[in-house]
Amino acid sequence: MVGEKSGGWGRAALLDNPRVRGILYQVGLCVAVAFAAVAVWRNVADNLARNHITSGFGFLDQIAGFDISQTLIDYSVQTSTYGRAFWVGLLNTLLIAVLGIVLATILGFVIGIARLSRNWLLANVARAYVEFVRNIPLLLQLLFWYNAVLKALPDIRESIPIAGIALLNNRGLFLPQPSFGPGLAWAALAGVAALAIAFVWRFIAQRRFERTGHPLPVLVPGVILVIGALILTYAAVGGTIEFAFPQLGRFNVSGGVEILPEFVALLFGLVIYTAAFIAEVVRAGLLSVPRGQSEAAAALGLRRGQILNLIIIPQAKRVMIPPLTNQYLNLTKNSSLAVAIGYPDFVQIFTGTVLNQTGQAVEVVLITLAVYLALSFATSAAMGWYGARVAFVSR
Amino acid sequence: MSFSEIRSTFRDMRRGGSAGKGSVMKPSIIVAAVLAALTLPAGAGTLDDVRARGMVICGANGQLPGFGLPDAQGNWTGFDVDYCRAYAATIFNDPTKVKFVALTAKDRFTALQSGDVDVLARNTTWTSSRETQLGLHATGPNYYDGQGFIVRKALKVNSALELSDASVCVQQGTTTELNLADYFRANRMKLKSVTFAQLDEALKAYDTGRCDAFTTDVSQLYSVRLKLAKPDDHVVLPEIISKEPLSPFVRQGDDQWFNIVRWVHFAMLNAEELNINKSNVDEQLKSENPEIKRLLGSEQNFGEQFGLTKDWAYRIVKLVGNYAEVFDRNLGVGSQLKITRGLNALWTKGGIQYGPPVR
Repeated sequence: MVGEKSGGWGRAALLDNPRVRGILYQVGLCVAVAFAAVAVWRNVADNLARNHITSGFGFLDQIAGFDISQTLIDYSVQTSTYGRAFWVGLLNTLLIAVLGIVLATILGFVIGIARLSRNWLLANVARAYVEFVRNIPLLLQLLFWYNAVLKALPDIRESIPIAGIALLNNRGLFLPQPSFGPGLAWAALAGVAALAIAFVWRFIAQRRFERTGHPLPVLVPGVILVIGALILTYAAVGGTIEFAFPQLGRFNVSGGVEILPEFVALLFGLVIYTAAFIAEVVRAGLLSVPRGQSEAAAALGLRRGQILNLIIIPQAKRVMIPPLTNQYLNLTKNSSLAVAIGYPDFVQIFTGTVLNQTGQAVEVVLITLAVYLALSFATSAAMGWYGARVAFVSR
Repeated sequence: MSFSEIRSTFRDMRRGGSAGKGSVMKPSIIVAAVLAALTLPAGAGTLDDVRARGMVICGANGQLPGFGLPDAQGNWTGFDVDYCRAYAATIFNDPTKVKFVALTAKDRFTALQSGDVDVLARNTTWTSSRETQLGLHATGPNYYDGQGFIVRKALKVNSALELSDASVCVQQGTTTELNLADYFRANRMKLKSVTFAQLDEALKAYDTGRCDAFTTDVSQLYSVRLKLAKPDDHVVLPEIISKEPLSPFVRQGDDQWFNIVRWVHFAMLNAEELNINKSNVDEQLKSENPEIKRLLGSEQNFGEQFGLTKDWAYRIVKLVGNYAEVFDRNLGVGSQLKITRGLNALWTKGGIQYGPPVR
């Protein structure tokens, strides 16, 4: 009887069931998307073949044969492949992105806090900075910084010596390059150990603070401990440091670490531009904390700095993190404007020269999309994790 | 909306964005390439498309005096530009029916592949991989060039071989970038190159002293020297470090269009060889010389075999000029550049420009 009954209206009931229907719709959508993706892929492959355009990823193993002005890993014109050029470009982009994010955050915080200062002059200087910088297109700013940097610096033959060890000219800043002997591994090991001790100390200090309310210094002893461990261990195992000093040659400076003017201009431009936006994010975050909080803290006798560090910023962080993530993503993506001023970033090397030399636009563009997507996802994930950590814990 | 309508709408949108001065990076062109790869059927019948549209769309250099440069009013002039005008002249009997699209070295092939332009006449070097990998064909060099260096006179450099350890500014996406690395490597010299997407940016960096030398094709060196703040402070070094046969390019798979683009050049060479020029072409119509008769179409109809008209070559010479006129006007004695014919003289005058017979 039961079987008969369900047989009678089972199908209709199944379709009426919102859960089942939902699953059906989703399966249908997935199939459609997959079908479209396969169709697109086959269509592209067909058309490329019909137009006699080479496809595939084999080009990554071919010798690149072009020069790159800044390489963080070994790269040689003779033997390195397009695949290697990919990594060189990616690292150059990462270098700019990471440094840019750190510096823009620091500058942005300073300006954001300055905007809320009671000092009229300071607040208005910060305000003028924000309004001026964020209303001028970034590309123009980059071109300005590049030309400003180049024009301000002297010709190579009139290089400015800095403290007798470094040179500054319109080819870049040349610093002495340290080279370490054996024993560096021991020092690194000691450094890691010191870091672990510092963290244990931080834990102890926190526990004590919670129990007694007496703060113990954490940061300064930690830094001293780690640096001390590094230096002392290296000295103890008999390590030596030799410096290669930059030498003025006929055309260029040889030896030493070279910091390109293109790099400096791009970093400057990105940091100054992004900091203006971050300053507004910081200001909004600080203003989101109710006034009563700081008044209550003042009533408890906390100093202004303490109020900011212990009461306001921890609460403001929750509000600031999502828009801050946007700014970090923007900075990373904006770094591709490097092409305008000759900094060899990922887009310049890979989507520029490699695409042009191989002609494989579809593959190169797909890889580029994947790279920027991965960078952005990684940034969002890291910020999401941090955001979850500083969120209010509701009990 | 049919497929082709969508295509043409898309093209128009795209063109609106790039007709002016080339932007630094063109994401749109990349999107166009990917979309074109998705939707476009293999290009057949470019001539029909051009006729239906009423104009030739020509990928040109927008920054290079002598080869391709629009003035403030948007009038294009240059050696390659005149080739585009010659295509329009022979198809429409009107050299103005050309739309020029300014392309950077980096974007030019994608623009041609995706059907954004009908022909690429943009001082582009003919190499094997551009034919085997990119699905394009060079139609034959209209200018034989080679790569060289320009340096400041104050450096007192007399040869490119003295440039070891020098900083060299170079434009991205060109054979220049590879030749530069090859030359320094072959001569065991240390290279510090600084690469820019745009010719102008690279040149500006050289002019401000960021680089000791600037490298590109020699014809361009003469042309860009005029853009420097003090042209007389710079000297072109004697070494030619590469072969750069510059040629117009078309897509593969459309032999009719390939033939037209190739033979427009040959018609201009033959006209020079037969002493037919803009001013005497009407008189030459009455010539008894069978070669002239065949070329100008006063006897036999070779134009129709190209899908053109009987007077196809007459139109080119009448409206644009023969090879010598186009050369002199843009690059040679009639221009600021004063480049000598050299390799580009006719084969009868010691050069290697040689037009196969029309018959």
